[in-house]
Amino acid sequence: MARLQGKTAIITGAAAGIGAATARAFAREGAALVLTDIDGAAVEAFASELSAAGVKAIGIAHDVRDEGQWQVVIDRTLASFGRPDILVNNAGIGPSKPLLETSLADFRPVTAINLDAVFLGCRFAVEAMQSTETSPRQSSASIINLSSILGLVGMATTAAYSANKGGVRLLTKTIALEAAAKKWDIRVNSVHPGFTWTPMVQESVKRIAGQTGGAAEDTRAGIAGLHPLGRMGEPHEIAAAILFLASDEASFMTGSEVTVDGGYTAI
Amino acid sequence: MLNNNQLDGLVAVITGAGGEIGSATCRLIVARGAKVLGVDRNPASMAGLANELGESFRCIEADVTDEDSVRDYVRTAVDIFGRIDIFFNNAGIEGPVHPIGDYPLETFRKVVDVNLIGVFLGLKHVVPLMMAAGKGSVINTSSVAGLTGTAGICAYNATKHAVIGLTRSVAAEAAPRGVCINSVNPGPIASRMMSSLEDGLGGGNGPAVHDALKGMIPAGRYGTTEEVAALVAFLASEDARYINGAVMTVDGGFTVG
Repeated sequence: MARLQGKTAIITGAAAGIGAATARAFAREGAALVLTDIDGAAVEAFASELSAAGVKAIGIAHDVRDEGQWQVVIDRTLASFGRPDILVNNAGIGPSKPLLETSLADFRPVTAINLDAVFLGCRFAVEAMQSTETSPRQSSASIINLSSILGLVGMATTAAYSANKGGVRLLTKTIALEAAAKKWDIRVNSVHPGFTWTPMVQESVKRIAGQTGGAAEDTRAGIAGLHPLGRMGEPHEIAAAILFLASDEASFMTGSEVTVDGGYTAI
Repeated sequence: MLNNNQLDGLVAVITGAGGEIGSATCRLIVARGAKVLGVDRNPASMAGLANELGESFRCIEADVTDEDSVRDYVRTAVDIFGRIDIFFNNAGIEGPVHPIGDYPLETFRKVVDVNLIGVFLGLKHVVPLMMAAGKGSVINTSSVAGLTGTAGICAYNATKHAVIGLTRSVAAEAAPRGVCINSVNPGPIASRMMSSLEDGLGGGNGPAVHDALKGMIPAGRYGTTEEVAALVAFLASEDARYINGAVMTVDGGFTVG
């Protein structure tokens, strides 16, 4: 049987990169999909493509910073597919800047997307996912928050990014404990990818190459070499771990931090 | 492209195969399409598996603390199945419960021998084969006892912490050759080993310790051996090829708070 048969999943930042790879993996495993992205046209086109292939999918333009839009996402999920089983809080941005060039005005928008919005997603989803006496869950719901290796270790010039990804790690553990104590039957785990070859990282490579005056290829190879496996991750490799946590195979995992980093944090 | 957890055509070696986590993992890995060589010092503990799993499962008696014995199980796997793709380096013992002042040196050494030296010897003889092949997945069994401390089980705690160090060191060495080495860190699992620890910790009143421990697990229950096996099988699969040097808790939130 497909690993997510009968389950409904919400994925943010689903139009590209890890979010899109996760959507494809979930689609193959039988989930109904609510795909959201700040780029509404792109995510609607992606959902249409999946629908045309027989997948239950809707696409929604979604600014994850906006509480009202989260309510719309939950309402449309309930209307289209019923109670959500899975939330992947994936939307994020990946800036880097030297500390003395980072203003508060640079820092706050990173927090708004990479941490505040993860809180909002958990808050709205937990409310919609809860097992109740009148409507118990068949199997546990699962929230997967995308943190990063930079939620585990530091890196110069990534103050805003690392601070917020570290925040996601402990936000995850705290909500995992509260959900368990309340017997909501919701598991909450974080995933910590190494550098993964997504549009976000491709942008960073270009930016860093621009700042240092080096060639983009040298910058890419330099970053790849920080991982003992000697390469960056591929979006589908991160999606595989997200899929595992979303499935009932991970039924005893909550509050765990799952690193998928080619050994980056092992050395 | 995802491989959907399948292990078709792969070859696995599983130590401590006669134990409860080992047996559950043998079953799941065979069910997903791999051939398995089970290793245990007690051959009788694997007889049931051999009957149940048929041609896909072979077993060998071996003492993981003895280097000749380790060479023997590695050679046997290669002789029978041609290679080793997956190594679940799992054999371990809990040791008795004693206050630090009373912990017998010989007992401590015995726990180190099985839980640390046994894991080291397995890595020493399996990982070079995988590095030569340019691929492979090793899963070492650590524990939540490798991340936190519990009074009275110093040897178990120390050796399970050590397994994490071995995992990271060998991952750093083997990763450039495409080999993945990770640890699984189960929380309390309903099993003989936990019953033994509960009895030791409770001074004979195991059920009281069981209830107290259960109350310390956020999920509100012990895990099952199948839930550990599911994580091991995922790490063994091609889908997990970017996970390396990772410490993976499967503990119902036990170490989270």
